[in-house]
Amino acid sequence: MKGKLNLNFLFALALLATAAVLPLFLQRTSGGKYNMIVLTYAMIWAVAASSLNLVLGYTGQACLAHGAFVGIGAYSIAIMVERVGINYWLALPLTCLLTAFVGFLIGLPSFRTRGPYFAIVTLCFNVIVYATFENWTWLSGGYAGQPITLPAALSGRLARYYFVLAFLVITLLVVRQIVKSIVGASFLSILSNEGLSEAVGISAFRYKLLSFTVSCFFAGLAGALFATASGRVDSSITSYLHSFYVLIYVLIGGVATLAGPVLGAVGLYFLLDRIKGLGEFRYVGFGVLLILIIVFFPRGLVGGLNQLRDWARERRSARSPGEEVAG
Amino acid sequence: MSFFVNQVIIGIQLGSQYMMMALGLTLIFGILDISHFAHGHIYMVGAYLLYIFSVLLGINYWLALPLCMAALALAGVLVERLVYRPLRGTPSINTFIAAIGLLLAIETLVRGIKKDAVRVPVPVDRSVSVLGMSLEVQRIIVILGALVILLLLQWFIQRTRLGIAIEAMAQDREGASLVGINVNRISALTFAIASALAGVAAVLMAPLGSITPEMGNLLILKAFVIVVIGGLGSIKGAIAGGYILGIIEALGVAYISSTYKDVFAFALLIIILAVKPTGLFGERTAS
Amino acid sequence: MSVILEVDGVTKRFGGLVAVNKVDFTVEEGSILGLIGPNGAGKSTLFNLIGGAYRPDEGRIRLDGKDITGWPPHRVAREGIGRTFQTTALFQELPVYLNLAIGYRMKTRSHILDVIFRTPRARREQKEITQRVMEVLAFTGLAEYFDRLAGSIPQEAQKRLAIGIALMGRPRLLLLDEPTGGVGPEETGRIIDLIRKVREAGITVCVIEHKMKMVMGLVDRLVVLNFGVKIAEGPPQEVCSDPAVIEAYLGECIA
Ligand SMILES: Nc1ncnc2c1ncn2[C@@H]1O[C@H](COP(=O)(O)OP(=O)(O)OP(=O)(O)O)[C@@H](O)[C@H]1O
Ligand SMILES: [Mg+2]
Repeated sequence: MKGKLNLNFLFALALLATAAVLPLFLQRTSGGKYNMIVLTYAMIWAVAASSLNLVLGYTGQACLAHGAFVGIGAYSIAIMVERVGINYWLALPLTCLLTAFVGFLIGLPSFRTRGPYFAIVTLCFNVIVYATFENWTWLSGGYAGQPITLPAALSGRLARYYFVLAFLVITLLVVRQIVKSIVGASFLSILSNEGLSEAVGISAFRYKLLSFTVSCFFAGLAGALFATASGRVDSSITSYLHSFYVLIYVLIGGVATLAGPVLGAVGLYFLLDRIKGLGEFRYVGFGVLLILIIVFFPRGLVGGLNQLRDWARERRSARSPGEEVAG
Repeated sequence: MSFFVNQVIIGIQLGSQYMMMALGLTLIFGILDISHFAHGHIYMVGAYLLYIFSVLLGINYWLALPLCMAALALAGVLVERLVYRPLRGTPSINTFIAAIGLLLAIETLVRGIKKDAVRVPVPVDRSVSVLGMSLEVQRIIVILGALVILLLLQWFIQRTRLGIAIEAMAQDREGASLVGINVNRISALTFAIASALAGVAAVLMAPLGSITPEMGNLLILKAFVIVVIGGLGSIKGAIAGGYILGIIEALGVAYISSTYKDVFAFALLIIILAVKPTGLFGERTAS
Repeated sequence: MSVILEVDGVTKRFGGLVAVNKVDFTVEEGSILGLIGPNGAGKSTLFNLIGGAYRPDEGRIRLDGKDITGWPPHRVAREGIGRTFQTTALFQELPVYLNLAIGYRMKTRSHILDVIFRTPRARREQKEITQRVMEVLAFTGLAEYFDRLAGSIPQEAQKRLAIGIALMGRPRLLLLDEPTGGVGPEETGRIIDLIRKVREAGITVCVIEHKMKMVMGLVDRLVVLNFGVKIAEGPPQEVCSDPAVIEAYLGECIA
């Protein structure tokens, strides 16, 4: 277990180092600069995917409203900064809290349903949000959208890259703290066996709501970062299509793993950008891939690897009982 | 007054479409426990098939109807065989996610081939006067067509052996397989029937609006709202719910706002589920 | 001795079927009560009523004199009733130690901010959890399996783990639904020993059992259900010679 932890740690460190030095090379060419922007967006979706992972992967509740929550986050910060005149650095945490609060309110009725019905209710909420932002031009700024003025520190492309990277790392650290703790174990218990968690004193409703609210906090963060990266928000960001895409990032990357959603989001976003020439047809492959994954590899790629590793470990520890200590 | 009656008729016509879609969904749910979220996209494919048959190939509209139904029935069988059957016995959320993959693939494939909206001409391009307001004949055809379909379905379920087997399976899934009902055959048949129903809805409705790759999205959500509100797996609930939603929507458009017409259904769903998670008529919970 | 659990005229109907029909009994603190009866007698339903999974149509359930009728399961659990299920319920995909840790959640108070910022409370409770997990691992004899996935350990160990999970939260009353079901004869002995140990630790036990022989030596009192109705109650020897019970069991009891 110790060895595995170290390996994971080294792997994470290597990834982080790569992400940190990559811009130094990308900065040099114009193609590289473009890729840096693509990577910035990819990391924003990685934040969104990690947030969905908390409620989908660990708690087992398939939320299909993350497009709406990312959208609400993006619009909140833009409107706060631009129209209300709140300082950007204050608007950022306020946005996350506001999105979390909206999530909490939506979670209250939605968690009276389960499984696919929870997914449908949240999708309905996303449709309402999307329709509202599409039609209510006073709120959304209509076709032109809502611009946002950034603080000077974030005016550069490179600065925004590191800014997003920093928040991705923070998000992952927080998610890690949660899932390694007794609270995270309680989330997992609901995913694994809701009846038994209730029988050991865990209120499934409360914990679902909790994981959903925290998840929305980070979806709001992703939205705020999106507004920051693009400098302008329009109603398309609230589309339920984003909910589907984020779902796919998590499922393909691997549910209930820290690295899965990040690799899924960055990898797929980057890949989609590479094959832009295919136009709409790219997403056909997306859909088919989703079906194949759910049929053959329901835990995603990283989950699949873990499955293999657990299996190997089971075989080993079946022979020699472990002497390590729990906790 | 006549405006009101006219709106109600339009509501019934909208409801006919919803009802046919919700019936298919509720059959699939009640019999197979599958949340077939790509059903709206089957409808969309049906509308495009009508366009291909009647506009591109010049086939008569009334001949295109059975052609579309047959083609969609086949598509439904394929979907069941290729997507849902491998997932039988896994958590229902997996099936749902597969359905999302399916709808994404279908929608983007169609959009990739033809991005812009298309239209098919109305077969009977006339209006009649109802209480002084003019009403397109096609709307009346939709209403009557849906009624014919309802009667046919009724006959099928009550009078044929297969229909009775389906009914038995909807009542008690495990019991039915114990009495030796062939589950695979019933699954395929259920999908064929539900998809053919979507085909009827698509062919009847398509001439009244434009055909787009996205047209299935809102429709499937509304059909699901009806199924949940009407009680999962309940045929009566789907029929009543379909007409009720159609009328609410038509009146909402006329008297409240046409911009937010699509929001009524979903707001209604969230409110109803918050108050009564089992739906209005159902005993099975939405779980 | 005081009464810890009081089941008072409890009835549960499923449609037309009366699964539990006006059942009363009480459980003395520190004792082991056996609940027996043929298949479909309503034993598991009765546990589900006490544990809060179902809400009774009639009657009251009291724990230490406190009315807990209709409480949701998680509140009942916090009030001090631990339970296992007939079809062994575990967090199958999670390791054994985590299964146990989850059972202790109700005794800890760290909330989400505590765990994110690793506050002193979170760290203290984490230690507490580890300590309690070690205790229960030792108590149930599961130490060798501690990092195996719960679904992958032997059937009999799974049964003990289910009891262990219920013990984590230090319940005062433990409901065991067929703890030896589907387990071979030698291994049954280990589970019986565990149940005795639980009682020695001062925990009151209610146990549903099919195997009459096993029950006889273990329990202080027996309650017999048949078709939802309590048909006999008393010390095991006495109940066994009751004609109504013999009839319900078709003589199985005497064997
Ligand atoms: N959720 C339910 N819905 C409908 N009927 C139920 C339900 N749960 C139990 N029953 C019925 O109630 C009766 C009592 O069932 P119960 O499971 O309590 O029996 P039991 O005594 O535990 O039997 P066994 O020894 O087989 O475990 C049975 O006839 C069963 O079919
Ligand atoms: Mg039982």
